[in-house]
Amino acid sequence: MDSDVSKWVPRLLIAASALFIAVMLVLPLMVILAEAFGAGWKLYWRAVSDTYAMRAARLTLTATVAAVIFNTVFGIAAAWVVTRFSFRGKSFLVTLIDLPFAVSPVIAGLVFVLTFGRLSYLHPFLSAHDIKVVFATPGIILVTLFVTFPFVAREVISVLEARGSDEEHAAALMGAGLFTIFRRVTFPHIRWALLYSVILCAARAMGEFGAVSVVSGHLRGKTNSLPLHVEILYNEYQFTAAFAVSSLLVAAAIIILVARNIVEFIAKKEDEGHVR
Amino acid sequence: MYVELGNINKTFGNFQASRDVSFSIDRGVLAALLGPSGSGKTTILRMIAGLETPDSGDIFIEGVRVNDVVPGKREIGFVFQNYALFRYMTVFDNIAFGLVVQKKRPTVIRERVEELLQLIGLEGMEKRYPAQLSGGQKQRVAFARALAPRPRLLLLDEPFAAIDAKVRRELRAWLRGMITRVGITSIFVTHDQDEAIEVADDIIVTNCGRVEQKGAPLDLYRSPATPFVAGFIGDSVPVADFGTLKGFENVSASGAIRPEFIQVFGPGEPAQYESTVEEARVENIAFRGDALRVELTCKDIPLVARYSLEQKPLAVGDTVRLLIYRLYAFEEGRTRLLYNNRLEEQQGYSFSI
Repeated sequence: MDSDVSKWVPRLLIAASALFIAVMLVLPLMVILAEAFGAGWKLYWRAVSDTYAMRAARLTLTATVAAVIFNTVFGIAAAWVVTRFSFRGKSFLVTLIDLPFAVSPVIAGLVFVLTFGRLSYLHPFLSAHDIKVVFATPGIILVTLFVTFPFVAREVISVLEARGSDEEHAAALMGAGLFTIFRRVTFPHIRWALLYSVILCAARAMGEFGAVSVVSGHLRGKTNSLPLHVEILYNEYQFTAAFAVSSLLVAAAIIILVARNIVEFIAKKEDEGHVR
Repeated sequence: MYVELGNINKTFGNFQASRDVSFSIDRGVLAALLGPSGSGKTTILRMIAGLETPDSGDIFIEGVRVNDVVPGKREIGFVFQNYALFRYMTVFDNIAFGLVVQKKRPTVIRERVEELLQLIGLEGMEKRYPAQLSGGQKQRVAFARALAPRPRLLLLDEPFAAIDAKVRRELRAWLRGMITRVGITSIFVTHDQDEAIEVADDIIVTNCGRVEQKGAPLDLYRSPATPFVAGFIGDSVPVADFGTLKGFENVSASGAIRPEFIQVFGPGEPAQYESTVEEARVENIAFRGDALRVELTCKDIPLVARYSLEQKPLAVGDTVRLLIYRLYAFEEGRTRLLYNNRLEEQQGYSFSI
């Protein structure tokens, strides 16, 4: 009986998972592609190469690149500070890093509207210097940074914590400066974790809807990101165009997933060679 | 005085790791900081290196106060307990690191690294990564890496802890030989008394953040300053009231007896000095590789003695007879070795070393 159970349970579970994945993931993806290409290549191309779509893509790309650069620099800095120095309020800082994961993106967007918008104390200063944050590209970049901030910091913190700081101490004792220590000792430890988290960060930045929606103001061709553009097209009953633009995001997501898996694979191999 | 610590105090939160630690080490000496775990020995080592900052007190190296000198400028070589080799660098790059940081010329670096590789007997392994080395090889590389920039002081934190027992013995002898050959003043931390006795010229015994005693291994064995040292260097059991034992008068001090201070006569074995022997009951017997370690009770005093395998067989519950030759009496501020005053020949301890 035992062997019967051990035969059937895995099969049952596999079948259930397959069904779940089919309904939840594969089917919607198929629908997107079917709808996008359903009316022919020509219509697809027209929707994708539409000026507004291109501008939305450029805005999404800008916000994503900004998020990746900013979060890489500050994520590493935060992780380094948190794991290599002890100071008062450290655990508070660590909690703070996780905050964007806990806060709903819509709330995050709202916070930025209140901080930089018309009702804020900063508004007179900003308008006096002709700086537009809310309903403009800076606002979209800011909220994207906010929602993606924890990715790099968290991942790098966990790696640095696991590795300990003896190697850095050894380097410091031999007279190495902070930059040399980081470049030659710390960085090799974190490079794969960093790349991995940057990829996740990029994926999240590209797909962010809620927070961006609040600060964007939905100005077509100006403050519309790709996800927002999809929503607008959909609401205007331009289904083919909506799905065509969606397929761009899907393609980006698939590329990111593949990249993620490659990085994971290489990192694992590398670790086997260096950690024992 | 090559290295000198004066009244060092250090606390971590509620834990006092160092209490008024003072000691000094001469040039060229290999010293051991010996103590149980949590006795603050590693903290002392890390403070000398500059990895920790003392709350108060001074650290001098070659007569210069180094408290405010950053670790990288103290010219100290440090071998970490887990070696802390740079995982993503080859053996060559590991050893060369300190020299590269000092911006030495490539030819000079190559020469020095090759010289050290030869010294540690790992020629031909310079392209390997630390993960491809055995524990003993890693330790040798860590040693070479610490020596490469020609430091004036070498510190080693539990250098043998991560190595299995068989290799450890070889490495001890190897390291002792290397340090003698290089002639560098060294301090190593250990919790293993045998290791300290075998390797070190000088032992600094620490306990509860305090320095209990400092001296040559034999001196510590011969005249332990405190009951703790008597128990930690060699074996001993504390005896609160030794006045009841034949041949000893209590001078209102606590005492300690080493197993080798006691001669045990097994059941039926003839004893010398009939008037001085004590009777004792065997409580426990353990085989210790070359002899038996016997736990006894004599007049309600628990004692430990050695029993040769050549003697009559012994069982728990047997009554045996003892001759106690001497014991330590810890008086206020000093330790005396008391000899059994009923024994005729009272010549002191003779060490043939």
